[in-house]
Amino acid sequence: MTYALLFLGGIMAIIVWWLVRQTVNVKPWLEQRPIEIVHGDGALSLPPVKVGLGVFLAVATSLFALLISAYHMRMMGADWTRLPVPRVLWLNSAVLILASIAMQWTRVAARWGQLDRVKNGLIAGGALTFSFLAGQLWAWQQMDAAGYFLTANPAYSFFYLLTALHGLHLLGGLWVWGRTTSKVLRGVEVGKVRLSVELCTVYWHYLLLVWLVLFAVLLHTHT
Amino acid sequence: MTSVTHDESAFVPPAEVEEPELYHPKTFVGKYIWSQDAKVIAVQYAITAIAVGLVALVLSGIMRLQLGFPHAFAFINPSNYLQFVTMHGMIMVIYLLTALFLGGFGNYLIPLMVGARDMVFPYVNMVSYWVYLFAVLLLMASFFVPGGPTGAGWTLYPPQAILPGTPGANWGIILMLVSLAFFIIGFTMGGLNYVVTVLQGRTRGMTMMRLPLTVWGIFMATILALLAFPALFVSAIMMTLDQALGTSFFMPALVSKGEHLGYNGGSPILFQHLFWFFGHPEVYIVALPAFGIVSDLISVNARKNIFGYRMMVWAILAIGGLSFMVWAHHMYVSGMNPYFGFFFATTTLIIAIPTALKVYNWVLTLWRGDIHLTVPMLFAIGFVFTFINGGLTGLFLGNVPVDIPLSGTMFVVAHFHMVMAVSPILVVFGAIYHWYPKVTGRMLNDTLGKFHFWVTFLGTYAIYYPMHYLGFLGVPRRYYAMGSTVFIPDSAQTLNEAITIAALIVGAVQVVFLYNLIWSYFNGKPSGGNPWRATTLEWQTPETPPKHGNFGATLPVVYRWAYDYSVPGCAEDFIPQNQPPTKKAEGGLEKIPDASKLGDQAVAAAVAEKPVGGKS
Repeated sequence: MTYALLFLGGIMAIIVWWLVRQTVNVKPWLEQRPIEIVHGDGALSLPPVKVGLGVFLAVATSLFALLISAYHMRMMGADWTRLPVPRVLWLNSAVLILASIAMQWTRVAARWGQLDRVKNGLIAGGALTFSFLAGQLWAWQQMDAAGYFLTANPAYSFFYLLTALHGLHLLGGLWVWGRTTSKVLRGVEVGKVRLSVELCTVYWHYLLLVWLVLFAVLLHTHT
Repeated sequence: MTSVTHDESAFVPPAEVEEPELYHPKTFVGKYIWSQDAKVIAVQYAITAIAVGLVALVLSGIMRLQLGFPHAFAFINPSNYLQFVTMHGMIMVIYLLTALFLGGFGNYLIPLMVGARDMVFPYVNMVSYWVYLFAVLLLMASFFVPGGPTGAGWTLYPPQAILPGTPGANWGIILMLVSLAFFIIGFTMGGLNYVVTVLQGRTRGMTMMRLPLTVWGIFMATILALLAFPALFVSAIMMTLDQALGTSFFMPALVSKGEHLGYNGGSPILFQHLFWFFGHPEVYIVALPAFGIVSDLISVNARKNIFGYRMMVWAILAIGGLSFMVWAHHMYVSGMNPYFGFFFATTTLIIAIPTALKVYNWVLTLWRGDIHLTVPMLFAIGFVFTFINGGLTGLFLGNVPVDIPLSGTMFVVAHFHMVMAVSPILVVFGAIYHWYPKVTGRMLNDTLGKFHFWVTFLGTYAIYYPMHYLGFLGVPRRYYAMGSTVFIPDSAQTLNEAITIAALIVGAVQVVFLYNLIWSYFNGKPSGGNPWRATTLEWQTPETPPKHGNFGATLPVVYRWAYDYSVPGCAEDFIPQNQPPTKKAEGGLEKIPDASKLGDQAVAAAVAEKPVGGKS
């Protein structure tokens, strides 16, 4: 459970730091500060939906950290075999990096109010992400064709489980992407989708990071 | 009480509030069924949780019938006894307590107490309830599938949970696991709302350190739940795959009925780690909201500020953090390196420090308070007693050498029921008696409430005190019948009969509570807006029950913390959080001398001259 504990340690450190800022030199029973200063203490200067995404990413990180912990604990079993990593995963990783770059490009374009670029960026980002998912399915097919079934070995089971959960998170992101893209295609003002684009971009970067970690974990397997 | 709380922020206009972007439904269905109002969602959560909790209560009654009067009831057999044990445990812990504290009280109280119009994501909040309801229905469906619900025990340990021979090893366990997964998805939606609303939705002047402890408790419990539930989610998915598709995450190589099952090399211990990584924080997911609510109930009814507010906040955080460090104390009997055992025993005992600190602070709040023994206060004090009792036996069980002989006995059942069943349920009752007037505009009947309290409180002691003794005698838990066990005296059975009678009485008296809820809704005394004369914002709404949007045209401005009770020199013995200071000094600022510098008499003289308190 080391990985899960490390993650939780990080989260607790953030909470402690934040709480120290709230409580040091604060005596609520004797508080005599002007309301202009009092107001906003502890609230982040971010829209709630951004904070919401941040909290969700913490939950997702907890999920993946626990999975990685479970992976390492199960790896100690005598029946564990080396995972024959399909080569297409390298290509998929490159595609997901490109998707993330496209989303970042879109975010910059949205900041500058360039609707055409936002449109193109979103379409490119989405297409690359769908390609990634198709590539992951292809990898599954390759594994299956080579006889590395879900039940044949826990290493394979984890491969399917980790890629499926990561893919499901991406699908969730694509749902939000779809709503944003349809708005852009209908020609709404960039200002109205700027926040959505920004949130999608953060989420894409996060899922890229998760994928790179998972890929590294899958490569670094016990023989 | 020597300090006077004032703020230099007199005469600050209310926050400018544009027309709230809330969805205002016009039809009955929109208002009460597909509602996006956190208060309606709270009631939906509460009704569903209480309904499913009643199922679990009936199951516990059936279990007690079997234990008290073995073989007297033909419809109870070894298989369905285990199913009743399992469903009772899981429903009570997850589907009742977690859902009621966070989904019920969290939804109702967070927006009102922080001064918000609603949760920050009302639509997601609505979906959260419907996913929860779906999870409940899936779980209830398992009573009607072939083989019935799972009988694996609420911990669902593999390999037993999915092996042939265990009740519900086919459909029952799958429905349980899928239901849990949906519960977690639904909870995550709600949990995001609770956390972000506390962080970003507070009204003007409501700093984190002015939040009532109820909000702190629910807030920290939600953070724990958001981080801990993924462990249950992961284990539920992996076990579903083991059961349905034949993977070997948790399932070792097994021979069952002479036949080699397809599993190979899985680790049941891995499941235990994941389960308890969720399972222990779950205790505090239930306890922290209870701690917060009790702090407020005690403060209001002792007419005194909570003792050590900052310490209470830090204790909540410390308990939350430590709760992730103790999970393996549930696994001493699974076998572990003695050094690990020592580590987990130590962390377990350390949790007693912040917890004891909270208990001392409650007692010190009561000390020389103007105690009003209202029904909520009775339940709050009952909680403190019960929590101390349950907590002390936890210190026994936290030690490896004591835990190992007691682990399989009724002692453990008595311990965890005292500490995480009876204690939080007493708080749930106290909280319902306290906030029912805000939800409905009517008071609950006091006489029925006191009758309910005394029978429940004394009755639970009649159930669980003797149960500790049964545990010492070695009476095993989980057993359908003891059979002819040499080392257990016959008197143990007599005690079991007495426990069953007490349990049935306590179960029956809950009908009085339900009757009170329904009767008072129509016939209760009108409560007015603030019947308990409390300071927090939910009691300062323009209407009772509050309408959608909570606070009318303008949001309240908060000038003080939530515990200004019995402030010297004030006309009333409470000052609402949104009460601006009334005394103006040079520069338009409130200047009441600091008590610590002037001494009591000077302060009394200063405030007597120009009272600052009063009803809003």
